[in-house]
Amino acid sequence: MVDGQWLMKKTEAVQASCVNHEPSNINHPARRVMLREKYKTEIDHILSRYPVRRSALLPLLYLAQEEDGYVTEAAMKEIAGLLRLTPSQVYETVTFYTMLNLKPVGRFHIQVCKSLMCALVGSDTVIGWLNTRVGVGPGETTADKLFTLSVVECLGACGTGPMMQINDEYYERLTEDKVDRILADLKRDGTSPLKTGPFMWPEPAGERCQ
Amino acid sequence: MRQYELILTKNMMQPGYTGLREEYERAGGYQALRKVLGKIPPAGVTELVMKSGLRGRGGAGFPTGVKWGFLPKDYRGPKYLCCNADESEPGTFKDRQLMERDPHQLLEGMVLAAYAIGAETSYIYIRGEFVLGARILEKAIGEARAAGYIGTNVLGSGITADVWVHRGAGAYICGEETALLESLEGKRGLPRVKPPFPATHGLYGKPTVVNNVETLANLPHIVDRGPEWFASIGSPPKSTGTRVFCVSGHVKRPGNYEVPMGITVRELVYEHAGGMRSDKPLKAFIPGGASAPFLTPEHLDVKLDFESVAQAGSMLGSGGVTVMEEGTSMVWAALRLMEFFYHESCGKCSPCREGSSWLTQTLRRILDGRGRTTDLDTLTELCKNIAGRTVCAFGDAEVAPIESTLKYWRHEYEALIKAAAHHAVDGHGSGSGLLMPAGRH
Ligand SMILES: Cc1cc2nc3c(=O)[nH]c(=O)nc-3n(C[C@H](O)[C@H](O)[C@H](O)COP(=O)(O)O)c2cc1C
Ligand code: FES
Repeated sequence: MVDGQWLMKKTEAVQASCVNHEPSNINHPARRVMLREKYKTEIDHILSRYPVRRSALLPLLYLAQEEDGYVTEAAMKEIAGLLRLTPSQVYETVTFYTMLNLKPVGRFHIQVCKSLMCALVGSDTVIGWLNTRVGVGPGETTADKLFTLSVVECLGACGTGPMMQINDEYYERLTEDKVDRILADLKRDGTSPLKTGPFMWPEPAGERCQ
Repeated sequence: MRQYELILTKNMMQPGYTGLREEYERAGGYQALRKVLGKIPPAGVTELVMKSGLRGRGGAGFPTGVKWGFLPKDYRGPKYLCCNADESEPGTFKDRQLMERDPHQLLEGMVLAAYAIGAETSYIYIRGEFVLGARILEKAIGEARAAGYIGTNVLGSGITADVWVHRGAGAYICGEETALLESLEGKRGLPRVKPPFPATHGLYGKPTVVNNVETLANLPHIVDRGPEWFASIGSPPKSTGTRVFCVSGHVKRPGNYEVPMGITVRELVYEHAGGMRSDKPLKAFIPGGASAPFLTPEHLDVKLDFESVAQAGSMLGSGGVTVMEEGTSMVWAALRLMEFFYHESCGKCSPCREGSSWLTQTLRRILDGRGRTTDLDTLTELCKNIAGRTVCAFGDAEVAPIESTLKYWRHEYEALIKAAAHHAVDGHGSGSGLLMPAGRH
């Protein structure tokens, strides 16, 4: 994942931006909007929550990832400028966290939990199903950029395994049929009613979901 | 099946309860806050909590009131409260339910704690994957702010208590309290050397309390019904109150069960969780999350309280109880957990960073039928050199699955190694016949 080139490409423009707090995107014509322009109110609100600017780093990285689908070099530079950090301070933080992507992922990022509790109830079988249905292995993205399949560690839903997260949603107590329905729903509608939550298991009397 | 009084999960068990502010208020919510503000001084609240015997639900079980008491008394500057909602210990899924189903219960607990310790700003550090949980909390905070429970001048008392949600971004270690603080400061989540403890040098170097979601959710009830009532529940005097146990693995009805501390594992597994999922008997269980050593059927009558589980050689930890049936390979189970720890080691301390990789490779080799006769000594030696030699308790946690499976199921390791030796000599591969689900070991 380490994008070594990026570190070497620290241009004067970036260094200057860290001093002036005026980030620049000259190396990245692909990025049309600056986060600061598009999300001014949100960024101000985020900054207001913390007495120390650097605390806003993860929230701003999330904002950037939402905007671009992954954390781009341009976004890291811009955020460094906003928070008065060096680009490498931003980069070293990004590389620590698994949810921040340094390269693009598919439109639907499927993350299946393989930790012990899910493995006891069949997560490896689910990975196999997904593998054949989607046609790519763990860590890969389909050619049409629709799906990325990842195999991950515990997502905090161990009593309702096997489970997976797709983008922001959890899907739990998976069966083969359910996996098929979820994939079909996503392809057709971009979302699936089989997602779970607000979470409670076992469910209280009178409530029934899938 | 014996039924017990529900405390933390009472509201959410009501049909149709969605956790909105009015519903929480109708169920008696925010009364504890009204009872305290302007009537009981902050130190009085800490005293109540001390008297209740409440201990942390995040893993270490530290007495909550005592922890609060460590904050410097005459400190004038800012202090912070951080709610640990990282819920990253494999086998644990209770905080998610407490937050998504009854968010105001947590918020009321947080304002009570913030008042007691004098924190004007509090953060809920929630694991990044809990997107829905974060949204629900944000909404609840908005409702509470509109009603004057959160913000400046809480209920006209002149007290400021702000609460913000801060999302993590995928890192188990950020559940460790000092790694959490680093992460909240916008850095890599590397645990800090202690002392100094967060009570004196926490968030931004200021006095800070870190408490788990479930710990904080207990506070309104303690204030409302009195510390004596709370201290009479569970296994007093050392393990008071209920626990929301998270049961997973090979049981009929996995899920969250709130019961008083001190019921037996047998009762939890066979009555509440419905017993084993098939006719295969129970072979092993973990009583308190992935960091807790494995136990055996002989330990089924161990009481689920802090002391009893520790005496049995494990720990109550986060309350995650994972059950495994006969036929499960314990070497495989240990490897699955070890892979987790290897993946999640933050890399700060070499015994853990290098050791977790070495342990994982050795286990994988044994399981793949390439084990060597010296491997068991290697594992033992490695464990001895990791536990207690790292900045945080992660080191102790990662050796737990290996040391405990070596203790109770050493023969399974030996059989695999013996089969490997045979295989090397005469070409006969012979598996252990135990369940090792296909795929990446
Ligand atoms: C590796 C590691 C991971 C931890 N993960 C969590 C966690 O996910 N949630 C939590 O509440 N406590 C976790 N803890 C415990 C915290 O460090 C801390 O003890 C706890 O949040 C204190 O709150 P309590 O006293 O209310 O339990 C973890 C500890 C370690 C060493
Ligand atoms: S083990 Fe899969 S969610 Fe916890």
